[in-house]
Amino acid sequence: MAELTIDATLENLDQVLDFVNQQMELAGCTPKLMNQVDVAVEEIYVNIARYAYHPDVGKAQVRCETGGDPFRIVIGFVDRGRPYNPLEKEDPDVTLSAEKREIGGLGIFLAKQLMDEIEYEFREGQNILTLRKIVK
Amino acid sequence: MTINKQSQGGKLSIALEGRLDTTTAPLLEAELKQSLDGVTELEFDFAGLEYISSAGLRVLLSAQKIMNRQGSMVIRNVNQIIMEVFEITGFVDILTIT
Repeated sequence: MAELTIDATLENLDQVLDFVNQQMELAGCTPKLMNQVDVAVEEIYVNIARYAYHPDVGKAQVRCETGGDPFRIVIGFVDRGRPYNPLEKEDPDVTLSAEKREIGGLGIFLAKQLMDEIEYEFREGQNILTLRKIVK
Repeated sequence: MTINKQSQGGKLSIALEGRLDTTTAPLLEAELKQSLDGVTELEFDFAGLEYISSAGLRVLLSAQKIMNRQGSMVIRNVNQIIMEVFEITGFVDILTIT
């Protein structure tokens, strides 16, 4: 398992994506799969960067593990910010017209749809989000 | 991401290259903010666009809302990866993709 610990800021998004992509590349993932995971990683990480420690800055740890049979990509996000479960947020109505849509609110929904599983737990003062993508 | 603009009368064409994400979406938002006055036909070319996240969707939705009031908006050359994001979020029904 590979780990990256960084300040949870929007400026570090590219570093997080590079880290995750490097792991997936080593594991021989297809560009399509990498893109799907990238979107989920971006949405979850941006949420942490914006809200976990606001207005302060704190650390986020990103873990990435690939392998197994069936092959899976497991990505973990750990922060010590305020307890927050993004999965509790209600899914947006994706059948509404443009005029009735609110700007925003699609990020976590996209992450949920693109990954096979997302789990949240708050343990020992830490928000722990685990994303799993299983490749059939 | 690079933004290439071409304007002719009321028609504005914008070709995007790279990634439309949290980092780059504000650039497109700022560009549109100063360019959409008097535009009746807005055309996006996504041939060079590789990736989109919700930050990009947000900008496209506000552009679509503006163009619904003052003209039309189309998006051309959408790749398979971006199309999947449009499908999941129902944007295929909101946007005109050709």
